[in-house]
Formats: sequence, structure tokens, C-alpha cells
Amino acid sequence: MTMSVKKRKVLTTVFTVFKYLVLVVGSFIALAPVVVCVFTAFKTEEEYNTTSVLALPKSFAYFENFKVALEKANMLRGFFNTAVVLVVVLTASIFIGSMLAYVLNRFQFKGNGVIQSLFTFAALIPGIATQVTVYQIMYSLGLINHLYGYMIVLMGTDIISIYIFLQFFENLPVSLDESAIMDGCTYFGVFFKILFPLLKPAIVTSLVLKGVGVYNEYYMSNLYLQDSNLKTISTALYVFTGPYGNRYNYICAGVLITIIPIFILFLIFQKQVYSGMAAGAVKG
Amino acid sequence: MENVKSRAKEKWLVIVVFMFVPLLLLLVFTYVPFFKMVEFSLYKMKYIGPRTFVGLKNYADVFSRGECFRSLFVSVYYMAGAIIQLGLALFLATMLVFRTKGSGIFKGAMFFPYLICGIAIGFIFKFFYARGFVLDSFLQMLGIKLEDIPLWLEEENINNISLAATSVWRYTGQNMILFLGAMMSVDTDLYEASDLDGANKWHQFRYIILPSIKSIVVLNLILSISGSLSAFEPPYVITNGAWGTGTYFVIMNRLAHENQKVGLACAMAIVLLAIIVACTVAQNLFFKYAFDDGTADESKAAARKRKKAEKEAKKAAKGGR
Repeated sequence: MTMSVKKRKVLTTVFTVFKYLVLVVGSFIALAPVVVCVFTAFKTEEEYNTTSVLALPKSFAYFENFKVALEKANMLRGFFNTAVVLVVVLTASIFIGSMLAYVLNRFQFKGNGVIQSLFTFAALIPGIATQVTVYQIMYSLGLINHLYGYMIVLMGTDIISIYIFLQFFENLPVSLDESAIMDGCTYFGVFFKILFPLLKPAIVTSLVLKGVGVYNEYYMSNLYLQDSNLKTISTALYVFTGPYGNRYNYICAGVLITIIPIFILFLIFQKQVYSGMAAGAVKG
Repeated sequence: MENVKSRAKEKWLVIVVFMFVPLLLLLVFTYVPFFKMVEFSLYKMKYIGPRTFVGLKNYADVFSRGECFRSLFVSVYYMAGAIIQLGLALFLATMLVFRTKGSGIFKGAMFFPYLICGIAIGFIFKFFYARGFVLDSFLQMLGIKLEDIPLWLEEENINNISLAATSVWRYTGQNMILFLGAMMSVDTDLYEASDLDGANKWHQFRYIILPSIKSIVVLNLILSISGSLSAFEPPYVITNGAWGTGTYFVIMNRLAHENQKVGLACAMAIVLLAIIVACTVAQNLFFKYAFDDGTADESKAAARKRKKAEKEAKKAAKGGR
């Protein structure tokens, strides 16, 4: 008896050591490529040419590379554009998604099922695939090279928030609506006064998923915003495939500039990000 | 009576007002392009200028043209990567489900790559794999000679593995968070109870953890098929499809926007969509038949049924009053 207890204790210790080893190695692999970029971004021209890429920079107070990256890639402009797009698109998709979900979930009418299937099928079509023909439509509507055109197309391909809201409405009891209507509330009132404030968790989830998607979106931004003043943060970064293609000290600085804002947001909203991920996954 | 009528009117007003914008967007940016895509796929055409009807020739070309067919083959590397990634994610999540000091830091570190934009990931790994840079320096530090190290991006027997690895790096942490979320939904008392009953870690994994996450694992396995075919940014930035690393989307993008072979690109898109629809159908069938044993999805369906029954009961009660 004592023997087997001892044996189990040893096994548990072995497992614990193994576990931490695995987690440390995993975290190292996840972080190392980025950390090397941090080193490189702070190196002077001379250090970059002479020292090993794995060596620490002399000082972390050398910002020349960041300055060059910001200028060459016009990244401040990119940040500004991305910020505008994020605010407008996220706000719009919260209203669009929640209003549509309210109607589809709460009202029985002819065509309800058909509309839901249309959205489900649309979710299967991969975004990049349809851009060949979306490009033509954007062109004929005169939406190319306008920030608002890009915003509209981002709203139009937003299926994920609709799903999240639909799912959330399923779990909001109908009795809420009914008692409000008894009290003389209109349907508009029910939605905006009673239900919308309750949607907060779903709003956070869709903000996280949609926010990450929009911040990182490259393909459509590249197609529809070709004017250099309209570049978003990811298309601005793409400039580094050109003449600066092997100046990795600048490139690493540029990469870090795009990572830093999302890193800070992640540190603040870690919990919401994880739960948003989990909620988004259930939909499938 | 008057009241009921105005209610019905208001209901329709709400329906129309709330659905107008999303339906318009859905039509203009999904369904019109979709049907146009089907139409274009039957023509040999550019964006501007005359077009000739070629029937199904573009579809035949998707499977017979070297670069297109090859790109389907390239996505097999990404699929293999996806399977490794799911395995790793499952393994790491299992490690983290047991009480761990500093689990927040481990989770954060491994999840973070998911938040980096695809273009930045491309640059990070272009730098990582470039001759004499990060990976080579690291291997040299371990005592391997530079001439024994392959050219990670140029040598065709290894470059797709290098590129697929960037996908694994990017998504493993996110998968891990998903699995961990599902595992955490298990009542933690079960672990303690099973500990007392003498279950070891393997038993706990096999009989408590695995059943709680199998639906999400299968879901991700199926999603990884369309994900592999859709791999785009890293190969686009790192090699731009050179040295036989063109993924399906990289090739499609080149055909559509550089070579202006619009018809062929549309046919490729339709083929991709067909594969995705097939996967989705397979997924639904799988869930229907494989999980009929009272676990995850079954209970969800049961819960839905119960809720519906409750709703109806409530309605009936109201009608009776």
C-alpha cells in the first residue's frame, strides 16, 4: 500500500517536471522568432552588419530603424486609416448583426428559414475566392480607392457577428420581450431599450473576433485601396517586399510597430479574447 | 382589434428596417459575385475586353495545368501541418488543464502568434529562414556547419515544410485555447473524484478530457482542410509562390490579378467552394452518426429540444389563460 502511494508520488513529480518542460519549450518556440525581431529592430547599421542575429543589441534606446520604417512605409497614415476603418466597421457590424439576429430569432415570417440558410451558405464561401468578381462590382459602383468603399465591403462580408448574435438571442428568454410589450413598449423599444443592453457579452465576442480580423486584413485592402494615402497597416507593411527586401533591421522595426498595439490590447483584454475565441468556435 | 393590427404593421416595419441593410450587403457582396463567378468560369476572358465561351474547359484546366494541380498537392503539406498542429494543441491544452503555476503566461505566450497579421508573420519568417539569419545562426550555435544546413526556402524537398511550419506556429496556440475552453467546461470535481479512485493522468485524459472535446477536435480537423487550401499570406510574402511553393490561393491570386485569366481563376474558386461544401456535409454527417452516444453535441441538441418544449409549454399556458 505505502509502496504504491510512493510510486504514485514519484510519477506525479515526473509528470509535473515534464509538463513545465513542455510548456517552457512551447512558449520559447512561440516567442523566439518575435524576440529575435525585437533584437534586430534595435540594432545600429553597424551592429546589424557585424553581430550575430541572435546577439542582444547594445542598447534598447536606438530608435532610428523605427523612424525609418514609419517614414518609408508611411505607417502613421496606415494606423490612422486602420483606426478609422476599425471604429466604423465594428460599430456598424454590431448594429447590423444584432438587428438582423433579433428579427430572425424573434419573428416568425415567411422566408425566415430561407434567409438563415442564405447566410449559412455565405459563411462557407471563402473571402478571397469571390474577390475576382467582387472587384468588378466595386469597380462599377465606384467604390475603389475610397476608404468608405473598403468599409462597406468589410461590413458586407461579415457573417461571424451575425452568428454570434443569433446564438446569444437563443438564450435570451422571450418573456423579456413579452413583458415589455405588455408594458406598452414598441418592438423598436424592446430591441433598443431592453435587449440591446443585455447583448454586452455577445458584443465583446464579436468585437474581439471581428477586430482581429479587420486589423490583420490584407487582401481586400490591397485590392481596393491602392492609393498610397489610403494604405492600412498591413498593406503599408507590405512595402518592405520591395527595395528594402533584405534590410531586416527596418523590416523588423516595421513588424514590431504593427504588433505593439495589438499586443497592448491583448494584455488588457486577455480574458475577453479567450472567451471570445471559445464563443466563436462553437458556431463551427 | 385596432391595436393588434398596428402591432402587425409595426412587426413588418421592424422586419423590413432591420433586415434591409444586411440583406442588401449579402446580395451585393456575396450572391451577385457568386453567380457571376459561376458564369465567368465558363468563359475565357480578361477583366476588360471580349470573352469567348469555353464551356467546362477551365475546370479541366484546374486539374491539368501544372501550376494549379501542383498547388493542390502543396496544400497536402499544410494539411499535414494542420494535423500536427491539432495534436500539439491538444497535448499543450492537456498539460494546462491540470493546475499549473504561471499558466496565464504560458497561455498568453503560445496564443500570441495568432494575433499577428499574416503579412507580419510572412516577414518574421522570411527573416527566420533566410540564409545565415535566425534559424541558421541558431543551428550553427548548436555546432552544425552552415554547408550542412539546407536552404529552407529554395530547396524544393524542404521549402513547403518550412512554410507549412509557419502555419503551425501561427495557429497552434489558438487551437490550444479552444480545446482548453472545452476541457475547462468539464466539472473539475471529476478530476478530484477520479484522483481518489486511483485514475492516472492517462485515464483522466482518455475518459474525462477526450469525450468533452471530441466534437471540437473533429470540427477543427475538418476546418483545417479548407484552411489548408486557403493558406495565403505567409507563402505570398515569403516566397511569392517561387520554387514550387504556390498554394492554391497564391496561384489563384496570380492568375486573377497578374495574368488576368479571370475565367480560370473563377473555376478555381468554384472548385475550392465545392471541396469546402463537401467537407461541411461530411462534418454534419459525422456529427449526426458518430456522436449519438450522449456526449457533447447530443446533449446540446437535447438542451435545445428541452428549451423549445419549454417555450411551447409557456405559449400553451398563455393561450389557456
